[in-house]
Amino acid sequence: MAASGKRDGPPQAGGDAAASPLGLCLFGVYVLLYAGFMALVLVRPDLLALRPFGGVNLAIVYGMGLIASAFVLAVTYMLLRSGR
Amino acid sequence: MLHQTSLVAVAIFATFVLGVLGLSFFLGRKGQSAAGYYAAHGQIHWFVNGIAFAGDYLSAASFLGICGMIAFSGYDGFLYSIGFLAGWVVALFVIAEPIKALGKFTFADALDSRFNSRGIKLAVAISTLVVSIFYLIPQMVGAGSLIKPLLGLPHEAGVILVGVTVTLIVVTAGMVSTTWVQFIKGSLLVFFCGVLTVLILGRGLAVNASRTGTENLAPQVRTVRPDGTVLVDGVTQSRDHDLRPVGTILRLPERFGDARSTGPLGPLEYLSALEDSTIVTWAAKKHVDADGAHTTFTPVERRGTDLLTPGGSFKGLTSGKLADRLDFASLMLALFCGTASLPHILIRYYTVKDAAAARKSTVVGIAAIGVFYVLTLYLGLGAMTSGALDPTDTNMAAPLLAKTFSNTLFAIISAIAFTTVLGTVSGLIMAGSGAVAHDLVENVCGVQMTDHEKIRCGKLAAVGLGIVAMALGILFRNFNVSFLVGWAFNIAASANLPSLVMLLFWPRTTRQGIVAAVSAGMLSSLAWILLSADTFEKVYGLPREMALTPFSQPGLVTIPLGFLVLVVVSLLTPAPSPRR
Repeated sequence: MAASGKRDGPPQAGGDAAASPLGLCLFGVYVLLYAGFMALVLVRPDLLALRPFGGVNLAIVYGMGLIASAFVLAVTYMLLRSGR
Repeated sequence: MLHQTSLVAVAIFATFVLGVLGLSFFLGRKGQSAAGYYAAHGQIHWFVNGIAFAGDYLSAASFLGICGMIAFSGYDGFLYSIGFLAGWVVALFVIAEPIKALGKFTFADALDSRFNSRGIKLAVAISTLVVSIFYLIPQMVGAGSLIKPLLGLPHEAGVILVGVTVTLIVVTAGMVSTTWVQFIKGSLLVFFCGVLTVLILGRGLAVNASRTGTENLAPQVRTVRPDGTVLVDGVTQSRDHDLRPVGTILRLPERFGDARSTGPLGPLEYLSALEDSTIVTWAAKKHVDADGAHTTFTPVERRGTDLLTPGGSFKGLTSGKLADRLDFASLMLALFCGTASLPHILIRYYTVKDAAAARKSTVVGIAAIGVFYVLTLYLGLGAMTSGALDPTDTNMAAPLLAKTFSNTLFAIISAIAFTTVLGTVSGLIMAGSGAVAHDLVENVCGVQMTDHEKIRCGKLAAVGLGIVAMALGILFRNFNVSFLVGWAFNIAASANLPSLVMLLFWPRTTRQGIVAAVSAGMLSSLAWILLSADTFEKVYGLPREMALTPFSQPGLVTIPLGFLVLVVVSLLTPAPSPRR
């Protein structure tokens, strides 16, 4: 895990400059989740005060869920890409 | 508030800063070529780079600003956490691998990879500088806030200390030392925020948790007289007569009976109990007359359920006005689109060897940053009810919360926060110096330089940027750092994202389209900010009503504008030659 200075030439640009279709699909999933949250905040904020999960309101559950889902989607992407 | 300096705090702080500087000098040997200086030879391990992403990204805004905003306004600060993390999804799924494949040293390299255009290099270099400078301001403001209670020095001293230290870090070893500073800072930040959260949950919630005993809920008035003298409730401010620390629980939920403390709580129990509690927050109201500038702090009794739902800070969510709602939507759009457009984040993709490493390091970054943002909620709420808040400084919530546990923890948290600023500022100055030396001087002006001269040019640019950052940090001292970062995200997303996305997905994109989109996005977002109500009120000191824009955050208009300009100009100009 070290930054070695063995190579003196510049790092080379190269490889596939297109985003992966799988990544774009997962991106779409997250955009839907994020847009759903934003819609609730902007249009029906009263729903975010509901407390369906262990006394914690929907605003916190959805917010933390968005953070968790970003991680889950990222790991899914990494695993699926590694498997190809 | 006046803060007492502790010798332990100074010692721990000095150890952190000297340790970081020592590491920089040690690693200086590894940055002897331009590839080493600007991109660490592309040989940083993906895991180190991932944590360094966190170190880069978790700036003063994330740590000091969000915690402060949650502590003073409740849930709305957490909206920044959600938006900041969401931006990483764009970075991972859309940007990470292509940008690694297209670029070499700087963001301009990637946008210009198919065109070899001086216009693109010039436009992108300027946009990189503008975004970096806007992002630098809040970091320097955060440094100034921290130094006051930690070392007892004025705001200006903190700003200058950061400026000088960071400039030393960057000029000694460039990207290698910057990466390791960010790796260490990112690791320490997440770890100690975790420790602080465990302590918060272990302490639970308590009525009147003020360190000075039962909280006095009488209003407080701070006056700054024309000669600079500060009065508190009409008497000259001193250690014996100062503003009282604020932020307590008035009543616990009924289920705890007559108990004045809940005892240890689980993560969900903590949130649930807080939601059913009654909390005292403090509202600040300012007015100016011939005797000076007066700020009156008044206690406000609030239900936990109101503080844990949106609307505490973003008045637009409760005002019912369309413009206010659009302002909020615009900010959240900018946070979502801005991350993947920040130059100091983008250049980190060049420090790993290939696209797979870029992908893996982004995932590691998302994990570390995601954990941190969940912790910010507990840190902010813990500070809100700690009885330790400084009503004059929202940015100090997290360090002052740590002080309620011990002076040593306060010193560690403050030192980490300071290192946080160091890490982010060094990344920004690296991005800016690359834009000046590599893009402007070498590629735009066509100055042929040897490898050694390229490094020297970058270092000179770093010194210049450091001086600019220090001046702005002093000028913007009274701003909440998260608020300032919102501006940087807006400009980055408006100037950079349209070109980056269209270059990847629309083969008809032309060099003229990219130049026009970057210029239009940058100038329109900058102009919008300068003409907005927030700037009129907080920077110019003029009434909000005089503002020329309907809402303050530009992203909702200027990001689509960037896309539109790119499409129109590209269609009006000759199509690029087919790629070989």
